[in-house]
Amino acid sequence: MAQHQVNYASTGGLPVALTTADHLINWGRSNSLWPLTYGLACCAIEMMASGASRFDFDRMGVIFRASPRQADVMILAGTLTKKHAEFTRRLYDQMAEPKWVISMGSCANTGGMFNTYATVQGADRIVPVDIYLPGCAPRPESLQYALMLLQKKIRKEPASRKLKPKRLV
Amino acid sequence: MRQYIDKKNTQKKAYYNDRFYKAPQVPKEEVDSDEVFAKDVESLSSKFNLKETYIQRGQLVVYIEAKDIVKVMTFLRDELDYNFLSELSAIDWLAKSGEFEIFYQMLSTSKRKRMRVKYFIKEKQEIQSVMGIYKSADWAEREMYDMFGVKITGHHYMKRILMPDDWHDHPLRKTYPLHGDEEAQWYEIDKIFGKEYRDIIGPEERDSAKIVEKDTHNFARIKHEVPFGAEYSEEPVDTDYQEEDGILIVRKLSKKDVKILKERP
Amino acid sequence: MQKVNRLKPFFENLVFEREDNNMIINFGPQHPSSHGQLRLILELDGELVTRAIPDVGYLHRGMEKMAENMIYNEFLPTTDRMDYIASTSNNYGFALAVEKLIGLEVPRRAQIIRMMLLELSRLTSHLFWIATHALDVGAMTVFLYAFREREYAMDLFEEYCGARLTHSAVRIGGVPLDLPQKWLIHLMKFINDMPEAIETYEGLLDQNRIWKMRLEEVGVITPEMAQSWGCSGPMLRGSGIAWDIRKEEPYELYDEVEFDVPVSDRCDSYGRYKIHMQEMRESLKILKQLIPMYKETSPELMAHAPKYISAPKEQIMTQNYSLMQHFVLVTQGMRPPVGEVYVATESPKGELGFYINSQGDPYPYRLKLRAPSFWHTSILQELLPGQYLADVVTIIGNANIVFGEIDR
Repeated sequence: MAQHQVNYASTGGLPVALTTADHLINWGRSNSLWPLTYGLACCAIEMMASGASRFDFDRMGVIFRASPRQADVMILAGTLTKKHAEFTRRLYDQMAEPKWVISMGSCANTGGMFNTYATVQGADRIVPVDIYLPGCAPRPESLQYALMLLQKKIRKEPASRKLKPKRLV
Repeated sequence: MRQYIDKKNTQKKAYYNDRFYKAPQVPKEEVDSDEVFAKDVESLSSKFNLKETYIQRGQLVVYIEAKDIVKVMTFLRDELDYNFLSELSAIDWLAKSGEFEIFYQMLSTSKRKRMRVKYFIKEKQEIQSVMGIYKSADWAEREMYDMFGVKITGHHYMKRILMPDDWHDHPLRKTYPLHGDEEAQWYEIDKIFGKEYRDIIGPEERDSAKIVEKDTHNFARIKHEVPFGAEYSEEPVDTDYQEEDGILIVRKLSKKDVKILKERP
Repeated sequence: MQKVNRLKPFFENLVFEREDNNMIINFGPQHPSSHGQLRLILELDGELVTRAIPDVGYLHRGMEKMAENMIYNEFLPTTDRMDYIASTSNNYGFALAVEKLIGLEVPRRAQIIRMMLLELSRLTSHLFWIATHALDVGAMTVFLYAFREREYAMDLFEEYCGARLTHSAVRIGGVPLDLPQKWLIHLMKFINDMPEAIETYEGLLDQNRIWKMRLEEVGVITPEMAQSWGCSGPMLRGSGIAWDIRKEEPYELYDEVEFDVPVSDRCDSYGRYKIHMQEMRESLKILKQLIPMYKETSPELMAHAPKYISAPKEQIMTQNYSLMQHFVLVTQGMRPPVGEVYVATESPKGELGFYINSQGDPYPYRLKLRAPSFWHTSILQELLPGQYLADVVTIIGNANIVFGEIDR
């Protein structure tokens, strides 16, 4: 009999890892977050910048998709106006479960500086929001951090969660 | 006691006015002081009834009669070579005199001059479209209708442009409050969820400085990442990116391996 | 639960099912190449567009109404969010309009710093334009290259005012800060590196067969059309009309620096592309001339007008009267004279105008923002019919429209 001892439960060392299905699924989910290219206003420019050369989101498995059917995360980047609100809700409904929403920038969080008749005072009146990202406009680093927090959040929750309404249905 | 709100003019007012302060005027110069403008006004006044003309900050201002507008614009384009209509909109004087002031900002690239054509109309009076002369008036007139409710005749597609078609009232009128009327405040809820959901979702929070730390139903969950509707607790929340015991397959980043650049290359 | 039929699509009373072969396509308001929230309703005959109805307003935030309820200094940061790709040009347009209304003279150093920021923002805007336009047409490499250079320009902004996108670096009456140490050295480095980068883009695109096929003879705007629709900026110069407000009605020190105004009489998208590239070179030329001019100036940054502009910080801290003046200006706001003014400046997109009607109150009675993109979008309804569906994306990208300023 070979004398070596292998700790199969530890990560690294051997190309074998023992884990639960929950962990594995969440690992996959959290490392391939595909956001919807949902640029609304100023923050969209920073969102594009974070996808471009210097900040390069692709290395984190974040690849922008143009269709809600292929997307996991909706990054609400910019001011959400009342005229646009129904489209946001429709796009959210079109996304496949599991889905998450990052509200990027003050305008999407609370209406921000646009405290007027035409702006939705917080995107959470329309869609349930997972991460609120402050700033006007948030730097690409903040968006990166928000995505990391979202990854952490995904890893925490059970993979087979019941499709329980988060807030708004 | 309820706060008094002037319904006719909801614009914000200065909280303090000096009794003896009299605002100075931006100087108005005579038209004769500029050769080009003097010529323009001369040829205009020979054909149309000009109410007032002066030069303010290097731009000619001409007040005309509302019925002349199409003819004046044609004349300006064809004879006086004002080839651009760069802006067109209205000013709301309803609270003061029951009138709208319409202005047309003109530009002549050959003379390098700008002028402004203006006239007053009553609240319900219709104005003639200048779309046939300058096509740029197309959207500008639609915007004017959208924002002020000024009716325009002879326009090919008179609909709202910036606000949704089922919007109530015209936002830039002084009677319209900044935060919107009741229709506006519930607009998106009514449209997406229906009127019966007004109570569930609740009114808009218009105080931008309001934070309720213990509220887990709304946005104010600062420093306390808790599930929706959970009980509030004082426990601090960790904000580290990676979990303590590491993540499956992803290598944990140690600060020793990181190289920090002093300056961007 | 949400009702199923609640979100009924609403399409301007257009009937989708038709007897003839025409098809109606709804483009936007959320489309990756619609540059924001443009919605187009296109009537197609095969692949040919026969009718186009642009629909805007999905980013209408009520800026003009906000302006009526804000003191002048308070409104300045809001102008950042109009044309958010080149926000300094909006700040500057508004500041200049208020200065004209009051009749202020801005110190020379402030003028030079403003011009530097304006030209830098023109560069960032054009870089962004070439990046997104090329991405829409299918050249992904240019997107990555142009964003690389854009980040360097952003670094310069960041070093000066701390913000990347929304600067508010221009104030009414001057600029708040002097240039930081080493900034000019960094700027010089940027100026030296840029021409090579521009050549790279041109090398990638100029003779590129796909690029040429998709841009040449597409989106032809005749001079008559451009005048009638109120085009400005590169859209106007692309039609052979040499009209640059910096040259014709010089503001700041544009009459002291030397630069050319690129004009193209090709009238098509390719001509406008060449104009944008050339304008970047001209901007670099202006920036280069400004550096020695800056070094000769005295260090005043804000205009001296105690009725309207707060005194410098040291003075506020040491002198009682300045402190009182500052308090009044912050709490009540300045009260410009009664009158009206329309000031046009050459923003990267075109003629950016601010019309202010003041009644002597701290709040403007009416403020109208004349945003160039609004007029460039309205031309789409005449430009698109007769083009192919694939060219729609080229034309929208080429018009350089930004929705923050269309809907305001």
